[in-house]
Order: sequence, then structure tokens, then C-alpha cells
Amino acid sequence: MTSPAPGPRDRVSAPAAVRLTARERRRRAVTGGGSRSAPAPLLLPALVAVAFLVIPLVGLLVRAPWSDAWRILHGSQAAEALRLSLWTSTVATLIALVVGVPLAWVLARTDLPGLRVIRALVTLPLVLPPVVGGVALLLAFGRNGFLGRYLDQWFGITIPFSSTAVVMAETFVAMPFLVVTVEGALRAANRGYEEAAATLGARRMTVFRRVTLPMVAPSLAAGAVLCWARALGEFGATITFAGSFPGRTQTMPIAVYYALEADPDAAILLSLVLLLVSVAVLVGLRDRWLRSGAA
Amino acid sequence: MTGTRPPGAGLSVEAEVVRGPFTLRAAVTAAAGEVVAVLGPNGSGKSTLLGALAGLVPLSAGRVTLDGSVFDDATDGTFVEAAQRPVGFVFQDYRLFPHLSVLDNVAFSPHVRGMSRGAARAVAAGWLDRLGLAELARRRPDRLSGGQAQRVALARALAGDPSLLLLDEPLSALDARTRLDVQTELRTHLADFPGPCLLVTHDPLEALVLADRLVVLEEGRVVQEGSPAEVARRPATEYVARLVGLNLYPGTADGPTVTLEAGGRSSCPTTRSAGRCSSPCGPRPSPSAPLRRRPPARATPGRRPSRG
Repeated sequence: MTSPAPGPRDRVSAPAAVRLTARERRRRAVTGGGSRSAPAPLLLPALVAVAFLVIPLVGLLVRAPWSDAWRILHGSQAAEALRLSLWTSTVATLIALVVGVPLAWVLARTDLPGLRVIRALVTLPLVLPPVVGGVALLLAFGRNGFLGRYLDQWFGITIPFSSTAVVMAETFVAMPFLVVTVEGALRAANRGYEEAAATLGARRMTVFRRVTLPMVAPSLAAGAVLCWARALGEFGATITFAGSFPGRTQTMPIAVYYALEADPDAAILLSLVLLLVSVAVLVGLRDRWLRSGAA
Repeated sequence: MTGTRPPGAGLSVEAEVVRGPFTLRAAVTAAAGEVVAVLGPNGSGKSTLLGALAGLVPLSAGRVTLDGSVFDDATDGTFVEAAQRPVGFVFQDYRLFPHLSVLDNVAFSPHVRGMSRGAARAVAAGWLDRLGLAELARRRPDRLSGGQAQRVALARALAGDPSLLLLDEPLSALDARTRLDVQTELRTHLADFPGPCLLVTHDPLEALVLADRLVVLEEGRVVQEGSPAEVARRPATEYVARLVGLNLYPGTADGPTVTLEAGGRSSCPTTRSAGRCSSPCGPRPSPSAPLRRRPPARATPGRRPSRG
């Protein structure tokens, strides 16, 4: 449009143009869609958020006493605490799978009376301060608790301040993560496949085992990882209900907390170990995680 | 309703299903080896009928029996769960299990009905062979074309050795070209099936090609029933007339001659008595060559087809 003489057409202003590099043209041709550059009002807060999340981790790395790492870790109860943390959170996750998946199914697939109330109750630990959970566990299963009293009198079983208590505290706090994830997947799953399985002669339990479970497997894995990670980091309910006995109930987060007073360097290193374990889990399950996120 | 057969043999349905504001009330029978097409527009209750036969939807009233055994009887409360009915169901969207190979999809029914995994796979392999799918055995359903998935769905339904075969819009998910191939093939397989077969469709062509008998369903009621030729020759409602490519003109019959309300005359050899009638006008698909669908004829007078 290069008209030499000004005419009536020139009153229509030309649309604003930008320069597209060849590279950008190729990208848009391949991926489709328009510009991928972020406007400043979105980009700046996003950068602040990233900085806020990443800077503390950097601080951990910068302050870590790398040269003395081995000696400090060896001298502390790190190995013991890590071993305790790993096995208790794994057992807690297994318990959550065994009873939490059936619970998720009942919540998603039945219309028993009072189901709404039950759903609210089982998701309560998601928002409940963990310390409150610990106090509640103590009041129920403690030596004078309304259930713990009889466990003690009749069977001589004392739960508080034992490794069992650690597992219970972790399960209490972490299981809702699994239940909520799996329930959502069950609700979203196409019921048509279950109908098809029924017409092929599969009874309800067979349908669940051979069709429903495999179809929600990615979400099941995601939920189990969430649950495990939450159990691994559990602090408040554990220290309230199980205390802090090295080797028996002192999990990694509790060890970090106590080390911070006595030996800050050890606290930093213990934190790094936990960070490492978490990152390893995330990376190891990245594919499943992302796939379930996309589904 | 069809001919003479031993009482109790084949499928006999008297179904009333109430689903919210919709009520299906239909009586359908199908003899052993007979292919009955239930033809109707969307929302006419076709899929509900199949669901009731498969045990996915219980009847509100009525009775379903197959070869004398009761599947569902609303009066005495008898109900056989879907898993216990000897029914093969081919779903419109196939519903092949995405986490199982083609072989394991087809082996699913024999396996859950009690065969060992190995025996079930052998049965499945036999069916895949028979339907020309042997080379797809190891594939996942998401790697199948539409036509292949349709055949696998049929193989899976047949592998459970059903006494009744139900097909819900079996070809509607296929593109036009594949449809013709699969249609021809499906007709052969349906002819081989020894039990009654009920197929639901909104496509008259599919019904004409695949079925021995048509049942036309509209708004939850059976409006016409008969051989494809009968239904094509004497459509009972506007919907049926449109389906088979005919227009109906209201008029007054005097022997074979009909004076149309919109003006003009038409001859109507099937009209035996005098009085008000509807005269079909347009190309009539002959029963021997129903393969070409034609647009409804548009005669100048009485362009608007109306109910007879």
C-alpha cells in the first residue's frame, strides 16, 4: 500500500506491525498460535514468585558446610533419622493405599447416606493444623485416650511415643492427599468402560481390579507420591503424638528442628538430604506425574 | 409377531423404562438367527432399549426373556445383573480397554467368565483369526483405525459366546468409505451368529443392509415394524417416509386412485379401500438393491410431506 498522493483511503490508519524473526515465524508455523512473549504485568509477578520459591533453596546450598559434610552427618543421628523417616512414610503410604483407595471408590461411586459429611471429615486433615491432629491422636490413642485406655488395659499396647505412633501420625496427615487425588480420578474416569466390562461378564470386584484400577493408575501413582512426600515431611502431628526419641520417633524434620538449636551446620546438611530425596522422587516419577497432570 | 417358532425361543421384550421425563414403551421380539434393526431418530429410546436388554438399565415395567429364561421382570422383581447375562454388546464408541492389547481385550470375556488366561487367549486368537485381525493381536486400541476398532469390538463381544448380540450404532463412528467395507463384512458375521441380534441405528441404509426386520422407534414408541421391503413400501409416519426416501401426501383414496389435498392425483396400488389416506410418492428402494440412498422426491404440489 504505497499510494503516493494522500487520498481519502489514508484516513484509515495502518495496523501496527512488528518484526517477526525467521526463527519466530518457524516456531509459530510449527506450534501454531500467536505471540508467546509474556506481558510485563504477568511476567514480573511470575519472576517474583519464582525468586521467592528458589532463593531459600539457594541459601541452603550456599550456607552448607560442604567440607565437613561427611564428618558432621556421620556424627549426627542423620542416618538413623533418615532410615526412620523413609520406612515410616513408606508404611504410611502403603496403609493409605490399602484403605484409602477403597475409601476413594466409595466416595466417588456410591450414594450412601451421609457421604457428604464423610467426605468433609476425611479431607479435614488437609486443612487442619497438624499439631491439632497430633493432639487428637493423643486423646484417642494415648494411654488415657478413649481407645488407648483399653488397648493398654486389655492388650498392654501403648502407642504414643513409639514408631507406630509416627506411622499413625503420618498416615493421618497424608492419607487425604491420596484419597482426594484418586477420588477425583475415579469421578473423571469414563464409566463406559466399566459398563462394557459388565456386559462382558465381569463382576463388580473384577471390574474394579481389571478395568477401574488400571485406568486410574497414573493418578494413583501421583496420589501415592503426594502422600509419601507429605508423610516424609510430617512434623507437627508426629512431634505431638510420638515425641522426639532418636532412633524411635525422631524423623528427619524433627531432627532438623532440634539440630538447628544445637548444631546449625548439621541442620543445613540434614535439610539438604531431605531436599535431595524429594527431588529424586520428583524426577523419578516425572513422566507419570506430568501425564496425570495433563489428563 | 414373526411367523411361527417354538414358544419361549429367541428374544422377547416388553419394556417400559422411565428415565426422567422420557418414557420408552416398546415390545420387540427377535428369533434365533434373526437380525432386527431398531431404527429411530436421536432421543427415540433406542439406546435405552439396548441398555435394558443388557442389564445396564432396569425396566420400570414389563419383561425381558431370552430363550425362555427371564432376564428382567418388573412385576415380580426378577433381575439378572449385566455380568450374568449371556449378552454380547458392541458399543457405539467401542469402549476397547485402553490398557489392554487387542488380544487381551478379546480374551477379557472368556477370562472373567472362568477360563484360564491361556485358554481365554486361545479363544481370543481364534476370533481374531476369524475376523481377519490376527496381525493386530499385540496392538493397543489407540493404534487401531476406526474400522479395525469396530471389528475388534465385535470380536470381543462374540468371544464371550453370547446368546444375544446387541449392537449400538455399530458403524456410525466410521468414515463413509470404511463404513461400506465394514458394513458388508458385518453382514456376513451377523448372518453367522446363531442367536437373535438386535442392532440400533439412525441410519436407514445400515438397517436395510444389515437387518432381516425393522422396528421403527419414535419418541419411545414402536411406530412401525416389518421387513425392510414392507417398511420401505408403506411407510407409516413422516419420519419413516423420509428415511426411505419417500414423501407422503395426504389425500382421499378411491380405489387405486388418490386425490391429493394439495391438488393433483396419484395412483396408489396398495390402497385397498376408499377414504383418507397417505399416498407415497417418490423413488422406492427395491429390497434387492437398497444400497443407494436417494434424496426425497420433491414434487411440485404438496411439497411439505405430512403425517399420514
